[in-house]
Amino acid sequence: MAQVNTAKLKASNKQAGRKIGGTVAIFLFLTILGLFMVLPIYLTIVMSIKPVEELFIFPPKLYAIRPTLDNFSDMFATLHQNRVPFSRYVFNSIFVTATVTIAQCVFASMAAFVLAKCRFPGSRIINSIIVVALLYQSNVIYIMQYIVMAKLHMIDTYWALILPSIASPMGLFLMRQSIGQVPDAMIEAAKVDGAGLFRICWQIVMPNQKPALMTLIIFAFQAAWNIQTGTVVFQEQYKTLPTVVTQAASSGLARAGVAMAAAVFMLIPPIVVFMIAQKNVIETMAHSGIKD
Amino acid sequence: MAQIKAEDIGKKTKKEERAMMWRSMKQNKACYAMLAPFMIFFIIFTVVPVVMSLPMGFTDFNMAQAPKYIGLSNYTTLFLSDKIFIKSIRVTIVFALFTGPVSYILCFLLAWLINELHPKLKTVFTLIFYAPSMANVYTVWQLIFSGDMNGYINSFLINLGLINSPIQWLTDAKYVLGVTIVVQLWISLGAGFLALRAGFQNIDRSMYEAGAIEGIRTRWQELIYIVIPSMGPQLMFAAVMQIVSSFTAGTVAQNLVGFPSTDYKAHTIMTHAYDYGWVRYEMGYASAICMILFVVMYALNKLISRLLSKYMD
Repeated sequence: MAQVNTAKLKASNKQAGRKIGGTVAIFLFLTILGLFMVLPIYLTIVMSIKPVEELFIFPPKLYAIRPTLDNFSDMFATLHQNRVPFSRYVFNSIFVTATVTIAQCVFASMAAFVLAKCRFPGSRIINSIIVVALLYQSNVIYIMQYIVMAKLHMIDTYWALILPSIASPMGLFLMRQSIGQVPDAMIEAAKVDGAGLFRICWQIVMPNQKPALMTLIIFAFQAAWNIQTGTVVFQEQYKTLPTVVTQAASSGLARAGVAMAAAVFMLIPPIVVFMIAQKNVIETMAHSGIKD
Repeated sequence: MAQIKAEDIGKKTKKEERAMMWRSMKQNKACYAMLAPFMIFFIIFTVVPVVMSLPMGFTDFNMAQAPKYIGLSNYTTLFLSDKIFIKSIRVTIVFALFTGPVSYILCFLLAWLINELHPKLKTVFTLIFYAPSMANVYTVWQLIFSGDMNGYINSFLINLGLINSPIQWLTDAKYVLGVTIVVQLWISLGAGFLALRAGFQNIDRSMYEAGAIEGIRTRWQELIYIVIPSMGPQLMFAAVMQIVSSFTAGTVAQNLVGFPSTDYKAHTIMTHAYDYGWVRYEMGYASAICMILFVVMYALNKLISRLLSKYMD
């Protein structure tokens, strides 16, 4: 009796076979590999604060001797030469990114719930179309998309940037795979209690899907933040940050430093969103309540 | 007589089936309502363009004139006389064989190892491994592999005395594919990796506790008996993403080793499609190339999902 109790106690405190040595080895392995992964990004940051003359020193240094923010001010100076004020691009990017991210997450979650947990005429076909859509990559699609958008009079408006990105098959696929793991019994119980599908989705299933939802937010934000206006928007006042920053980085001589500054600048918002979302993912572990 | 009767029965059941389907569609109104917002955008901006693009492979279409039907001619040209296409198949296979499985295993292995750490370290390491796929830093890779003495790798190797003169990493036919593979692997811990991380977080803690009571002793046993069986959906998601990213890769090579790459050594099928689509404006031909790639990826996807579901059961 006492033995069983201690065994249970041990088990509830620790997972199987955790030795401190093993954890340290894992930590060291990940650190070494992580250094290799981070090195190019570290170099990008270093280059972005190097003055021009230091870019061509031999041997190349892994740090900046006299760090400067010239590259950043160069970039912003170029951006301020545009007809449209810089704040307009910032607004465009925030507006497009927020709309796409929210719509994508809400629509994909609802659709994924229905596709994962309900059987109705057409559900199987739609399920397989989603995967086919993921696998079908063709550059001809962009032309057809352009034709569709032109027919809908969306060219040169915000809609051309927002609407095509809302329905992401990848987001739906991710959510469907994850919601599929929710035990049917939980949904049946809610149905017996008289909850409608909409309520089951948002009040019972989704609160348990934080890891997948946060992951989807990261994907959606990242994709939306990098939307280039490309061939669908020509008016300066609708252009987004990635478009103008790329322009600023590629014009002029000795722009390597400015290109790096642009890369660093564009990387900051996705990293902030990533940190917030990941923190949420990891916190869910502590009090997840799904039981079969 | 008997034959006609049998046909009648068949018709009746079909009619009944249709009525039953209609009834069950009505019963499931709520399902369709919740599916609708996604499906409306999906149909307009994905399904319609895809369906419109399907017949393009059988046409000659230069974007200025209306497409002209030419039957299977694009496909016969591809396989019988386009030597660069045959070369690109080889490059794509080598590329996918190196990057696909390696990166898939890395995604899973790293997601698992990170899961073994303290929660604060989890966030940091997940960021470290995921950051490359967020960053758009081809410029820095060009400087790292730069062919003059200022390239980081060249100067490092020269300082060590391993080489005397700089190596042309980005233009020497011997190295371009290798360099592309390295950079592709670097950015490949993307969607699949994060989905697997989320999958690990979703495993109920009581499963580990139950496992510990039932005599699971090591991390390995835990991995094989508890973790993998409950990660099926995420493993499938990561597999699909891996297939897509390793077979449709092309941007890395174009940004890094130039387009076209030396001697077409890093010329993938997708690069070939880009060449005909956006450089030569032969959209019909480009569509045919993409169609072949799609068929290969679809078959591979079916194979992997069968393998995975067999293992999961």
